[in-house]
Amino acid sequence: MRRARSLVPLVGILPFLAYLLLFLLIPTVVVIVGAFQENGSFSLSNIHALSNSATIDALRNSVVLSASTAVIGGLLGALLAAVIVSAPERSVVRRAVLALSGSLAQTGGVSLAFAWMATIGLGGTLTTMVQNALRLDITGNGWLYAMPGLILVYCYFQIPLMVIVFLPALDGLRPQWREAAETLGASRLQYLTQVAIPLLLPAFLGSLLLLFANAFAAYATAAALVSQGSPILPLMIRAALTSEVVLGQQHLAYAIALEMIVVVALIMGAYAWLLRRSSRWMR
Amino acid sequence: MKPWLRWLILLVFAIYFFGPLLSMLDFSTKTTGGGRSGAAWKALVTNHQVLDAIGQSLLLCLTTVILMLVLLLPTMIWVRLRLPRLKRVIEFLCLLPLTIPALVIVVGINGVYAWVNYFFGYSPVVLTFAYVVLVLPYAYRALDSSLSALDVTTLAEAARSLGAGWLTVIARVVVPNLGAGILSAAFISVALVLGEFTFASLLNYQTLPVVIDLFGKSDARVSVAAALGSIVFASALLLLLSFAGARSRGRKGA
Repeated sequence: MRRARSLVPLVGILPFLAYLLLFLLIPTVVVIVGAFQENGSFSLSNIHALSNSATIDALRNSVVLSASTAVIGGLLGALLAAVIVSAPERSVVRRAVLALSGSLAQTGGVSLAFAWMATIGLGGTLTTMVQNALRLDITGNGWLYAMPGLILVYCYFQIPLMVIVFLPALDGLRPQWREAAETLGASRLQYLTQVAIPLLLPAFLGSLLLLFANAFAAYATAAALVSQGSPILPLMIRAALTSEVVLGQQHLAYAIALEMIVVVALIMGAYAWLLRRSSRWMR
Repeated sequence: MKPWLRWLILLVFAIYFFGPLLSMLDFSTKTTGGGRSGAAWKALVTNHQVLDAIGQSLLLCLTTVILMLVLLLPTMIWVRLRLPRLKRVIEFLCLLPLTIPALVIVVGINGVYAWVNYFFGYSPVVLTFAYVVLVLPYAYRALDSSLSALDVTTLAEAARSLGAGWLTVIARVVVPNLGAGILSAAFISVALVLGEFTFASLLNYQTLPVVIDLFGKSDARVSVAAALGSIVFASALLLLLSFAGARSRGRKGA
């Protein structure tokens, strides 16, 4: 009787659980199961298809894109965060940077792709300026619409994301620690290398992992920028889903999607582990 | 850090961030002859396809915020009051969409959406169901930090001892105290929904980002104008939020 009564409150969260089951868990399970099926029965053919050269290339490109923009975005974003962290919480600069960062990091990649097309694409502002001043064509080979362009444009949302996720860690550095170090006779450099950086390192590495996962899973920017070919995994999924020439590619999309789940889950697992380590000090 | 160095770094970042935005303004008002024209911006309010898409996207923002609050808020309060041991589980579930890329959900959601379309038709508003999942991690964090600042248990006990039912406790005692959290959850959801492209484009619904992408092939100026418009709108929204958040914090301190 007691047991039954203690179960009653669970009813209150049933709608929420049912909703997640329907719109999050079922789609994920469909992907995982679908990756191991072909024509309705168990098969490893789609998993094998992951090892063909086009998919391997796309995986490599995705990893290179995510890793490079995570490192560039992480370093530059940390620098920008360090510049604004000492500004008071109500300062206009700090607010403006945070609002713009939130907007660039979270309001969709399509706009950002067009921002760079308007800057260094055909007829873009910078393109025209350089053309007029130096008689130089900076759009050469259409690099903006391939891997180098993806790296450039991804940084435009990775740096702001780094500002957002790393600023709380910087805020957590207490002035008392600096004072304590100074009282004990530490120089500025010693404080940085022996106190601040070791304290911030787990948070910094965790943020890099978050940035990596963010870039790895991003779709909109690449889809708007690259209309031909599929240099990275998300665009291979697009090709497999929208392909009208080759039917029955749906299950290949499942397999690539599974590959993405595995990579992102590994990265986020490492992130959670690092977060636990860093929260020991940062409260 | 020396003040001049700080300002120099800020200046370089300002050029990097505002350069492309100013380029968008320049690009969207250029004419082939070398003059200026506001035609692309005018198209945002006169072109039916664009106008329709803007309307659909704004409607989606509204429906997503409502459904998110209706689903998440009572659940979170309920868990705090009656099922505190399940807090970690709910948190894990809410943060799960960060680990499962939106693209993956799209790939697997066909079957579920066949039913959604069967019951609710084919208007873009049905995207609400998927978008609530996308905004879940961000909304959860916003609401959770605001709930943590409140002594929910004491409030609830006080209300209960005065004879209030659970529904009254949630709707008339706890929720009115969560203004800042609800506001920030709503704003972040709006910012995310406004730019969401993955679901809309792969499930073939014409929301604003999809139409921006579409116009890129025929009239790039309109695309660039609409893209700049949505970036500015979202930034303004988030800036506004930072002021609202600061004010409510200030009030509590006083």
